[in-house]
Amino acid sequence: MANALSNRFNKKKPVNVTTQLNIVIPSAHMSVERREKMDKVRHIIGLVITYLFLAVGALIVIFPFYYMIAASFMSQSELDSGMLFSQSNIIENIKYNYSETFNRLNFMAHIGNTLLVAVTTTTLQLLVTILSAFAFSRLTFRGRDTLFMIFLSTMMIPGEMFTISNYITMSNLKLAGNSQTIWQAYLTMILPFISSVFYIYLLRQNFKQIPNELYLAAKVDGKSDWEYLWKVMVPLAAPTLITVTILSIIGSWNAYAWPNLVVSNQDAQIISVIIRSGNLNLIYNDTMEKVMTTWQMTASVLTVVPLLILFIIFRKYIMRGTSRAGIKG
Amino acid sequence: MENKNNWRAWLYLAPVLLLMGVFTFFPLINTIVISFMKDYKVTTGANSGFTFDNYGYVLGLVEAVKGTGVYDTNFFSLTGPSALSNTLLITFITVPISVVLALVIAIAINNIKFLQKFFQTIFFMPYVTNVIAVGMVFAVMFDVTGVVNSLFGISNPWLSETQATWGSVMFVLCLYVIWNALPYKILIFLSGLQGIDKQYYEAAKIDAAPRWKTNLKITVPLLSPQILYITVTSFIGAFKEYNSVIGLINRSNSAAGLGHDMYTVVYYIYDKMQGTNWNANTQYASAAAVILFIIILIFTFIELQVSKKRVVY
Repeated sequence: MANALSNRFNKKKPVNVTTQLNIVIPSAHMSVERREKMDKVRHIIGLVITYLFLAVGALIVIFPFYYMIAASFMSQSELDSGMLFSQSNIIENIKYNYSETFNRLNFMAHIGNTLLVAVTTTTLQLLVTILSAFAFSRLTFRGRDTLFMIFLSTMMIPGEMFTISNYITMSNLKLAGNSQTIWQAYLTMILPFISSVFYIYLLRQNFKQIPNELYLAAKVDGKSDWEYLWKVMVPLAAPTLITVTILSIIGSWNAYAWPNLVVSNQDAQIISVIIRSGNLNLIYNDTMEKVMTTWQMTASVLTVVPLLILFIIFRKYIMRGTSRAGIKG
Repeated sequence: MENKNNWRAWLYLAPVLLLMGVFTFFPLINTIVISFMKDYKVTTGANSGFTFDNYGYVLGLVEAVKGTGVYDTNFFSLTGPSALSNTLLITFITVPISVVLALVIAIAINNIKFLQKFFQTIFFMPYVTNVIAVGMVFAVMFDVTGVVNSLFGISNPWLSETQATWGSVMFVLCLYVIWNALPYKILIFLSGLQGIDKQYYEAAKIDAAPRWKTNLKITVPLLSPQILYITVTSFIGAFKEYNSVIGLINRSNSAAGLGHDMYTVVYYIYDKMQGTNWNANTQYASAAAVILFIIILIFTFIELQVSKKRVVY
């Protein structure tokens, strides 16, 4: 590819390799100085436009985050009048909104559920992923490549194909239904997501890059496959494993459809389903109901901010890991 | 030596094979089977033979109860918005716009030095959020008396249950989907851009090629593997839009307000599984899921065919 492209340029204008650079000026009536000056001006204008474009884009991208936080600092009447920021009693508003939201949603309990499900799923996922990525990258057995291709092809299938039958499976296993206990609810949320073809794929790519010599050296030292996997390969693949961990936690945090479908015991429900429930409506005069959007925004802040903190701490790993999937080709 | 590992390899694979057997391969077959079952009941597993009627019902060709003349037009309809038309519309609006926008933003970020990391981080932030939570934020922003209307000095009932038009709800939904879809695409394009050899650009500079021409003739072809990857995955993603609808308008399982004119294919599937008649309706959900699967297969196939001619490796 590289050759093809440089050929394309060479065909048009053969470049003479000399110690001196010849500047080609298509419009001959322009002097070199003028041309350079024009280039400079054009460059600066281009930069200004680029920065303006990016700044406007960044503002639009960031605005929902800003407004979510600003709204959680407002009184309901302020939010209802479309203000950009709270203009009075900020401290009182914050106290009121956050204490009401915490109490009404039983927030800590549901965040606890979310964390429990996320951490358990991720831990089991890592274990299963490490074992299978090792088998697919290091060991040889009949049908290995075929099996891996079958695994990969399942990534194209929409998740709803699985969801429908998994729901039935969960009912048959007596894990889902009206008399669901908290632990049954946790199991239904964890079990179907332990195996992830995408993470196996990521880790297998990483494992394959580890030179063969290391394996042979370990064999000479009398190490078993098992020891080699945990003492050599896993430490070497640590960056990928951290990436998988973070992506998996983000995934669990974002889950909605499956928990909403399968968890009937609301005590075990995770936060993203709970914030969409009706618990944030204010009932007044006994019968009238009002949706308190300030509380909704407070709940959003409380749900999103932990993830953003995670992102700020692990920015490098998240961005590198997420992009790795795209560079294959 | 290596062949001795044979049975051990299967031991390492045992957990994943067991889990995928139960939660991936079995459901795949089971869902297809259910989609062809007549009068299937989830709770008992009872059914009365095989039929194509579930597909007919989903596509609005067969009545739920024979002779009543009542057809389900929620999934597919020739006269108004349906789950299928909404999904196709969302896909064909948001995918091209977000791909082009992400490409332009990625090129812009790649062209600057000062504040590059800053912009990279800002534009990636929507990736690390909760789709439901931010959907609620968009809903508040686009309220009749919300901040968007007050900033622009208008009073458009964008999402109001009683006053909003189908078009305005669709507009906000697409906006939100694009906002959500950009960060991942920008990231992939940026990492692709940073892998491009600088000498191509130097060659173009010596040729005195204008910037836009350089981008069009060098950057885009060299990024074509990433563009293909992003297009395929975002087509699949857009076909499965669901969480954003719930976050934004939350009209699940309720006939209130605008009813179901913001159905998407996946929304339809979950509604069939969760509504009052879920026990009998799961067969329709299965049929709809299989239709979604086929649509995704066809689109992926077309894209891969097109890419054979266009992608430079």
